[in-house]
Amino acid sequence: MNEVPLSHILFLSTALFFIGAYGLFTRRNMITMLMSIELILNSVNINFIAFNKYLYPNRLEGVFFTIFIITIAAAEAAVAIAIIINLYRSHHSIDVEDAGEMKF
Amino acid sequence: MPNYTYIQWILFLPLASFLLLGLFGRKYIKTTSGIIATLSMLVVTILSLYAAYSYFSAAGAHQSITALQYTWLPFSPGMSIDMGAILDPISVMMIVIVSFVSLMVHIFSLGYMKGEPRFGTYYAFLSLFTFSMLGLVVSGNIFQTYIFWEGVGVSSYLLIGFYFDKPTAVAAAKKAFIVTRFADLGFLIGILILSFQAGTLDFNILIQRLTTASPQLTHITTTTSFLGISLLTWGLTLVFIGGAGKSAMFPLHIWLPDAMEGPTPVSALIHAATMVVAGVYLVARLFPIFAISDPGALQVVTYTGAFSALLAAVIACTQTDIKRVLAYSTMSQIGYMMFALGVSGYGGEAGLGYMASMFHLFTHAFFKSLLFLGAGTIIHLVHSNELSDMGGLRKIMPVTHICFLIACLAIAGIPPFSGFFSKEEILLAAWHSNKGVYTIGLLVSGLTAFYMFRLYFSIFWKKDRWYAFAPVSAGGRLHPDGPPTMQAPMVILAACTVLAGFVPFSKWISSDGAPLSTHIDVLFSLAPVSLALIGIGTAAALYRKENGGSQKIAGVLGGFYRASYRKFYVDEIWLFITKKIIFNGIGRPAAWVDRNIVDGLMNGIATTTAKISMTIKGVQSGKIQNYALYFFVGIAGLAVLFIYLWK
Repeated sequence: MNEVPLSHILFLSTALFFIGAYGLFTRRNMITMLMSIELILNSVNINFIAFNKYLYPNRLEGVFFTIFIITIAAAEAAVAIAIIINLYRSHHSIDVEDAGEMKF
Repeated sequence: MPNYTYIQWILFLPLASFLLLGLFGRKYIKTTSGIIATLSMLVVTILSLYAAYSYFSAAGAHQSITALQYTWLPFSPGMSIDMGAILDPISVMMIVIVSFVSLMVHIFSLGYMKGEPRFGTYYAFLSLFTFSMLGLVVSGNIFQTYIFWEGVGVSSYLLIGFYFDKPTAVAAAKKAFIVTRFADLGFLIGILILSFQAGTLDFNILIQRLTTASPQLTHITTTTSFLGISLLTWGLTLVFIGGAGKSAMFPLHIWLPDAMEGPTPVSALIHAATMVVAGVYLVARLFPIFAISDPGALQVVTYTGAFSALLAAVIACTQTDIKRVLAYSTMSQIGYMMFALGVSGYGGEAGLGYMASMFHLFTHAFFKSLLFLGAGTIIHLVHSNELSDMGGLRKIMPVTHICFLIACLAIAGIPPFSGFFSKEEILLAAWHSNKGVYTIGLLVSGLTAFYMFRLYFSIFWKKDRWYAFAPVSAGGRLHPDGPPTMQAPMVILAACTVLAGFVPFSKWISSDGAPLSTHIDVLFSLAPVSLALIGIGTAAALYRKENGGSQKIAGVLGGFYRASYRKFYVDEIWLFITKKIIFNGIGRPAAWVDRNIVDGLMNGIATTTAKISMTIKGVQSGKIQNYALYFFVGIAGLAVLFIYLWK
């Protein structure tokens, strides 16, 4: 069977990470930013799974970490959306530029 | 040996009176504060007289007795600051003088300061002064002396500046404090040199180690220091500088005339009879070291004293402020005491000068405080210090007139008043030791008679004039001689002035404690007494009637008269030294360093911090994506650093 080489998968995850980072830094909409963070987290998940499978096929730590991250991402999404809703209530906007009071 | 522990009450009572009046005198015991202080002084005086009686009635040579000793601050074995009291002839004499004159001044002030709003405070300060002065004279430890020395300086400052709403009084108080404090620096360094070299602070041990052959003496006299002068000479000279500051010797005398801004009874107590002789007392206390081990330092004492006596006498002839004349006369008489110590040797007949100096200190305390109290009564009546505002007062205030005349005769050295005896001894001692100093002494004694009688005739004779007060005969309330509380001390002091010369002083006080026999040589007395009579005659001719003779003489003397009137510009010279040289040469550079380097460093740190934070505060933009970017770049940078660069 012709296996996909590890490097391909790492390319994918790196691309995914930078797409996420780019979205995080450039998008002003907080929900889009949240989605970008999900992309970053998932790129990390892909890395964990890939290394687990290719380097230590007999062990499960990478899988465990992935499951942890998925759990945390779920919790984070809940908290982030709560923050976004509260921000919307106070600022009538979910544009991150509008919440710039905490400066010098 | 009798028990002398009651000496502690002599020290404790004035202190208690100071604390009581200082704490409560302003509000609660305002009117009775004078009575409280005076009664405590009365007890102190009785105790002092009793102590003197039991001390001097003991047979044989007078030894130094340690009445109280309490180790306060030990440094090393044999080196400690002790608080205590020693009794030896001069300290016993001094406690009698201090407590007696202080009592007289306390009583006098009851009348003089009556109605003063800060009456209680005044008596508190007087008590503080008396306490410090008594502590100073009984001290057996040189550091205790120094502590109380500063104590009298402080109380002098407080009392000169008692009328603190008068700018001249404030300036005078500051001047007195700064000048004496400057001199005390010398005293402190002298103490440190002497006590460090001798390994003790105790007077008796110090004197013993530095007068008999001992390793300390060899070391201190053979070690040369600054300018190639031995450590001992430096130590003694520096101690003498401290004494010269307190005793108003040239060139540190400038504070004394200005100190007359204080209330007149204070001048009588502090600036005539007691505090200003502290310098003489200090030299007398260390006299064996001066006389036996270091005649060089004693020469300094002699010439400073003689020159100050002459200078002050010349200045006193031209001053027009009654208290200033008396101040310069005090300075002149202290110069007398100083050079008497200077020409003296140690032990036996050679110690005549020492005895004479102490004798003059004793008699001077009486007649000079009497003169000041008399001046106080006159000022009380006339409300002016200027001689030109006075004249013809002999008919108005007979009691003051007689007392003042007695004091003038005493200070002029007319027999049989007390000043005659002490002055004779001083001149005799000078004659045996140093003819030059004797000549100065003779000249000064003539000048003294002249300026004292110039004062006397200008106040009590000259022209009759009208004074703005109602005498008793005209139904007025004020007696011109003052209330009985003011007359009584003057009369008592006048009696003392007459009788003090007959005290068998040389039996009691001599340089080595052994009785000394003295006699009056009529032929020797001829010169000073006739000079004094000439002085009195001249003063009478010039000032008894207003005849313009004095102005003519002043005109003839011209520049010299003006120089003397301006006190030989010593004040101006000091001002030049301080303002032009010290301020410009030391003060301004020091201020510059402080302002630009010390402050500049601190200000520089502050401004730099502020500038940096101004430039980088934009980083905290409040934009969360920027923060995330910084974080990301930082992590990426660290990653690059650790993975590729950190080998």
